[in-house]
Amino acid sequence: MTVTVDTVKDAETTPEVQQRYRELGLKDDEYARIRDILGRRPTSSELAMYSVMWSEHCSYKSSKVHLKQFGEKAPETDALLVGIGENAGVVDIGGGWAVTFKIESHNHPSYVEPYQGAATGVGGIVRDIMSMGARPIAVMDPLRFGPADAPDTRRVLPGIVAGVGGYGNCLGLPNVGGEVVFDESYAGNPLVNALCVGVLRAEDIKLAHASGTGNLVVLFGARTGGDGIGGVSVLASETFDDDKPTKRPAVQVGDPFAEKVLIECCLEIFAADLVVGIQDLGGAGLSCATSELASNGDGGMHVWLDRVPLRDATLRPEEILMSESQERMCAVVAPDKLDAFLAICDKWDVTATVIGEVDDSKRLTIEWRGEVIVDVPPRTVAHDGPVYERPFARPAWQDALQADTGRDLARPGDGDELRDTVLRLAASPNLASKAWVTDQYDRYVLGNTVLAQPADAGVVRVDEQTGRGVAVATDGNGRYGKLDPYAGAQLALSEAYRNVAVTGARPLAVTDCLNFGSPEDPDVMWQFAEATRGLADACLELGVPVTGGNVSFYNQTGDVAIHPTPVVGVLGVTADVSRRTPMTPAAGQVLLLLGTTRDELGGSEWAHVVHGHLGGLPPQPDLVAEMRLADVLVAACERGIVAAAHDVSDGGVAQCLVEMAVTGRVGVRVDVAEVAADPFVALFSESVARVVVAVEQPYVEQVLGLAREHGTPVTRLGTVGGDALEVAGQLSIPVEQLRAASEATLPALFG
Amino acid sequence: MKVGVVTFPGSLDDRDAARAVRIVGGEAVALWHGDADLRGVDAVVLPGGFSYGDYLRCGAIARFAPVMTAVIERAQQGMPVLGICNGFQILCESHLLPGALIRNDHRKFLCRDQELVVESVATSWTSGYQSGQHIVVPLKNGEGGFVASEDTLDRIEGEGRVVVRYVGDNPNGSYRAIAGVANERGNVVGLMPHPEHAVEELTGPSTDGLGFFSSLLRAAVNA
Repeated sequence: MTVTVDTVKDAETTPEVQQRYRELGLKDDEYARIRDILGRRPTSSELAMYSVMWSEHCSYKSSKVHLKQFGEKAPETDALLVGIGENAGVVDIGGGWAVTFKIESHNHPSYVEPYQGAATGVGGIVRDIMSMGARPIAVMDPLRFGPADAPDTRRVLPGIVAGVGGYGNCLGLPNVGGEVVFDESYAGNPLVNALCVGVLRAEDIKLAHASGTGNLVVLFGARTGGDGIGGVSVLASETFDDDKPTKRPAVQVGDPFAEKVLIECCLEIFAADLVVGIQDLGGAGLSCATSELASNGDGGMHVWLDRVPLRDATLRPEEILMSESQERMCAVVAPDKLDAFLAICDKWDVTATVIGEVDDSKRLTIEWRGEVIVDVPPRTVAHDGPVYERPFARPAWQDALQADTGRDLARPGDGDELRDTVLRLAASPNLASKAWVTDQYDRYVLGNTVLAQPADAGVVRVDEQTGRGVAVATDGNGRYGKLDPYAGAQLALSEAYRNVAVTGARPLAVTDCLNFGSPEDPDVMWQFAEATRGLADACLELGVPVTGGNVSFYNQTGDVAIHPTPVVGVLGVTADVSRRTPMTPAAGQVLLLLGTTRDELGGSEWAHVVHGHLGGLPPQPDLVAEMRLADVLVAACERGIVAAAHDVSDGGVAQCLVEMAVTGRVGVRVDVAEVAADPFVALFSESVARVVVAVEQPYVEQVLGLAREHGTPVTRLGTVGGDALEVAGQLSIPVEQLRAASEATLPALFG
Repeated sequence: MKVGVVTFPGSLDDRDAARAVRIVGGEAVALWHGDADLRGVDAVVLPGGFSYGDYLRCGAIARFAPVMTAVIERAQQGMPVLGICNGFQILCESHLLPGALIRNDHRKFLCRDQELVVESVATSWTSGYQSGQHIVVPLKNGEGGFVASEDTLDRIEGEGRVVVRYVGDNPNGSYRAIAGVANERGNVVGLMPHPEHAVEELTGPSTDGLGFFSSLLRAAVNA
């Protein structure tokens, strides 16, 4: 069989060849720019590389101009060891330990092929963490779906959950949190975000650099196959339309066993200090790995592409460059360490092949069977992609949406109606127990999980001797984002920040996964601009830098975009995880509400569940109050004066108390008269910066004093005890009934 | 006492098993699947995980690992061996224990805190419990359904070789709610739940799992 390969020589001699760049997702001006950079037409391999690396997913061409605020507005902090731009940011957590964490999206693949899409989402983020030289220690998966009872949700949800579990469980990484959210806006565009946390000693950070002429480029891990070709450019950068052919072949297929072995192999290689630089192969595969390694290094790189071990011998060079086969890594290794490197790969039965060499040419050259098929300045592929100033404008409908406040929506008028509302919300898909999902994830493996779902944040021990550890939470609320994207992003950050502080950990750093519709729509672009501005402003004010993350555009079907959904992950540190504050109260404790309750029900879970209404304004973010509250929670945890704490958010105080009672298997008796004049507002408002704490009687005065010291208002709610949720003068519901209502919903829907 | 913990490619809970051994005062010794040398250990734990990816049948490939040749031989001579989850599957595949483990009847992976009753304390790994004692340890697997022929089930019940049984609703369709069994001699025990994840108040649902490891060490001291 003869395969004709388009060489650099061919490109120089046949400038007139018509190239099908549009099918690869490149625009006319982008193609013209490539010709400009190279001074000739690109070869088909070069075209493949530029097309994937200049895709929205890899180049951030539409988002770059907005994302730079995260750097410009970054708060001053000593905690950040590596910032935005590397595979994942690295944060100093003290005691010589560093933590790296990052969240990414795998939305489009998960819609096409739920199990594999979700599974490879976990695999990809775990390799990102490994490429910093870290041992992955935990994962979390914020998931969003269409209505819980929609047929398509029944198609995608079980597969996505099984994929997250099937892959993550097999890697031996505890899944310690995340979210499961249902909303009409995600019908046809489920959001599958995956977060991974890794730890390393601060001095052992590895970066994706190819430095040192003569150093070798080693590809190791799985063989390269035809899966996922063009996944990035064809899938993640376009919307789904009915009239296009099926995209199933573009989804990658994962092998978690191969990844598990790769993890152990990498960690042994790191421990022996055998690599100069390392890069995972994810979106854009070898195109990305070689161009980024070379671009970040100090010279050039030459690659013998025909040395890449293949699963399918018929693959063309363009396909090898674009393949997104999973479970592969690329390392830069000094020649004198190669034997030791290969010996470790051999021990773990990991295929490893020298495919290239670092040189001083300042070019990335790729050779195929003796012919040069790529000869480019690596930076132009990896970093100098197009940058768009996409037009954006406040949507014409935004004012009307905000004016539709829902003030006239019927509110429960008496105790019986309040009681029904509490039960109805507790059983609603967004607030109901997520055990059907999370019971499919291993939260115990590695033996360091201190708190996991349904806790506000996952807490993981890092140092078994000292007890130093981290807390991580992710949050996002698309409805808030729709009503006001600037506030919505701040509210997502506020809630994740609060959830970390609730456990007693000090919030340190942020990662974000920005899920939006098409950037070519000025309405969506305005939402994106507002959300990034809001998030950057809030990070600056809260003193927590964004260390990295991911943008997912084109989450829309036809003209209808998803709610703007920034999902924000916050990482905090605690010197001793044994002091963590759980959410489960015990009989005899006193319940206090920290924070101020206002009449804020715009975008609330109540309006959504009871009236199917979305309008008005979301709760007002109050970052100063969040910081004060966090100070109270962290100090109370250090002093050991708070027995339990739980964040007040979706569903308000009512749902917060339901969750504390159900998880603690104990009743609560409260009086909400002091919370707000209207018991409905007291129970269901979603005002920010509030937490319910349970305190042993002898410590109540100390907690009150601490709150006063920090200017945080406190309301006495009542006590823990009995076997019902009792709201004085209003309602009483047996905890067993609440538990049954909460736990029945998801199994009834999904089996 | 030296307790070997085998790492197969795909083992996940090997570090946890080693930690449990250390907590009760034992010395944990890492054993490698490809190495037939048991490094002078007095007992062996086969940990949970997905050995070799478990792409054939759980434990079916691991059973042929070089280390297993040595483990099987020593087990037949009376060395205590504990198989947890994937380790249990490997012991069944090795015919050191009766029965087999199949896909959970509800077809999903299940992770939950599981109540068990300890029925046999006449084993190397459960002598420290009271017969009939209820314990809570994590259960987490996709293929934890214990099956065996009626004859086999009757025999192991009759011989008191059901070591632990599920309490409450059966989590995976295991016949007669059997969670773990022993060999005739009582030195080889396998169970699907994970006692090594219930050894610290901080990270487990209880410390009820410690008994498996302390039983072993106490027996060694008394021997």
